[in-house]
Amino acid sequence: MSLWMQRTALFLLTLAAPHLVPNDYWIGVLTRICLYTTLALGLNVVVGFAGLLDLGYVAFYGIGSYIYAFLASPHFALHLSFWVALPLTVAIAAVSGILLGAPTLRLRGDYLAIVTLGFGEIVYLLLINGDRPVNITNGVNGILGIDPPRLGSLTFSRNHEYYYLFLAFLLLALLISTRLAHSRIGWAWQAIREDEVAARVMGINTTKAKLQAFAVGASFAGIGGGLLASWQRSVFPDNFLFYESINILAMVILGGVGNLAGVVVGATLLVALPEIFRGFHRYRMLAYGLMLIVLMIFRPRGLFEGNRVGRREPETSTLEEETLSLVEPGPPVGQ
Amino acid sequence: MDSFAILPQQLVFGIALGTVYSLIALGYTLVYGILFMINFAHGEVFMIGAYLGWGLLTWLLSAQLSSLHPLWVLPLLLLQGMIGAGLVGLSLEFFAYRPLYKRGATRLGPLISAVGASIFLQNLVMLTQGARMKVYMTSLLFPPSWRLQVAGVNISALLIVITLTSTLLMFGLHYLVQHTTLGRAMRAVAEDREMAEIVGVKVWRVIAATFFLGSSLGGAAGVLVGLYYTQIDFFMGYSAGLKAFTAAVLGGIGNIRGAMLGGLVLGIAESLAVTFMNPAYRDVITFAILILTLIFRPTGLLGERLSEWEKL
Repeated sequence: MSLWMQRTALFLLTLAAPHLVPNDYWIGVLTRICLYTTLALGLNVVVGFAGLLDLGYVAFYGIGSYIYAFLASPHFALHLSFWVALPLTVAIAAVSGILLGAPTLRLRGDYLAIVTLGFGEIVYLLLINGDRPVNITNGVNGILGIDPPRLGSLTFSRNHEYYYLFLAFLLLALLISTRLAHSRIGWAWQAIREDEVAARVMGINTTKAKLQAFAVGASFAGIGGGLLASWQRSVFPDNFLFYESINILAMVILGGVGNLAGVVVGATLLVALPEIFRGFHRYRMLAYGLMLIVLMIFRPRGLFEGNRVGRREPETSTLEEETLSLVEPGPPVGQ
Repeated sequence: MDSFAILPQQLVFGIALGTVYSLIALGYTLVYGILFMINFAHGEVFMIGAYLGWGLLTWLLSAQLSSLHPLWVLPLLLLQGMIGAGLVGLSLEFFAYRPLYKRGATRLGPLISAVGASIFLQNLVMLTQGARMKVYMTSLLFPPSWRLQVAGVNISALLIVITLTSTLLMFGLHYLVQHTTLGRAMRAVAEDREMAEIVGVKVWRVIAATFFLGSSLGGAAGVLVGLYYTQIDFFMGYSAGLKAFTAAVLGGIGNIRGAMLGGLVLGIAESLAVTFMNPAYRDVITFAILILTLIFRPTGLLGERLSEWEKL
């Protein structure tokens, strides 16, 4: 079967999916799969393409959700149409990506991780405390009564309608990701990921490229946030806890960092598996933590290692070389 | 003017809390100094220390012993918390981190593994101990009447004990790193692992010992925090860990003296924030300090690396 036939078959399958699952609950699960895949694709741009470990991705997701909620709910008595509010949300999310990304540009990998984590926490704290002294976010009570999207005479209300909406945005995100991976900027990101100094020597403006990665990643999160708000019809600070960042990161890593098909599979698995094992949900996070450890030991590059876009040889850091040299006995002294 | 009236009192709290942050921060700094990794699960080690202390204290109380004098109960709690937490740290190193380094880890790998370990330990404690918070019967050990009154500031016996204990432990660690064979081996591994291996240092044994030491300090901090706040839950390690990490970064990660200073500065900054600002934003202050430090002085107040300690 040729690649195109496979893709067409897969596409038809995703179109038919809501009719293949037993009930409405599972259509909801499919919708969540689309949502999380879109988010994971966005994080993949930052972590996978550009190699910037972002542990606070949920900040942009939260910002997106709340901006959409501000623009289309009784909270500020603004009722913009979905098709106006979502682009605005995405633009604001992208700007927030640049603003939060800018201070982190000089930082090394693990420091970057912690600073982004800090940003994620600050955004959460601002959301939850943002009802005093001026009520902006409505604090723990969240924002309710968000407008549903409308398309022509159709007002979205049922899960399968949302599923097709979310699927459309997922395909858009997938298309953008694929195009980016093989574009000039995509190559620049991969060059930075492999060796930042060498990339700069080659004439890549690393500052600009990194900011672009943050902006693209954040705008995907903005899409996801807007979609969540319009589907849930309400947003709460607790939708945007730190573990959501880790969840999305795990989706990116599970499939294989930087690998688009891997990201889709990773997100699908990590949304679907907890649903399938719902009876054991008490042990879900326990198994999740264990899975991350085991995965890092046995498949540190994800389930689909080797297919990573733009990858030629295994990644080695100086630390890694140091550690490797520890394991192998050095040359005998005095010979 | 109200704020200024309670300032001295808040500063006393801040200093006591700061020494505890320092104690936890040392765990991050020791591991980072030697392995260049952020042991994200260190906060959970601290939390387990607090649970161990709670378990022993509750058992002692239920055993109806005639007199529970802090003079013997506190060292017992600390010792048990330290050994238990140290063992947790050892197993973390052995099961979650060492296999990664032996297989040639990427920079991302150990951090993700540490996040996984942190989630795992939290849920393990939640599933075995329940999600509800546990209560330390501190008042039976340190009656509230035991306190000093200095210039209008209340200093409880517990606060003095916490500050003294943390300071003692920190000086103990300092002595260990500076004046013992193990300490010298630790510094050697931090300075140049390959060279240390060549001259006969058992590198992985030293790394394991470092994890044990750092984790046991975290466990002691867990017991002290449990006694101070009297309420503990399975999630307490997350924010405490982040704060201690901030303290470590603030002082210069990998630098022992830096961790001590960073903890104190953070404790005092927080007490000032609580005094003069909306207490809800206390944690925002912590993260703001962390981010500003990393942006403007990424090597911290006293500079990075364990080994430079020797040169200072």
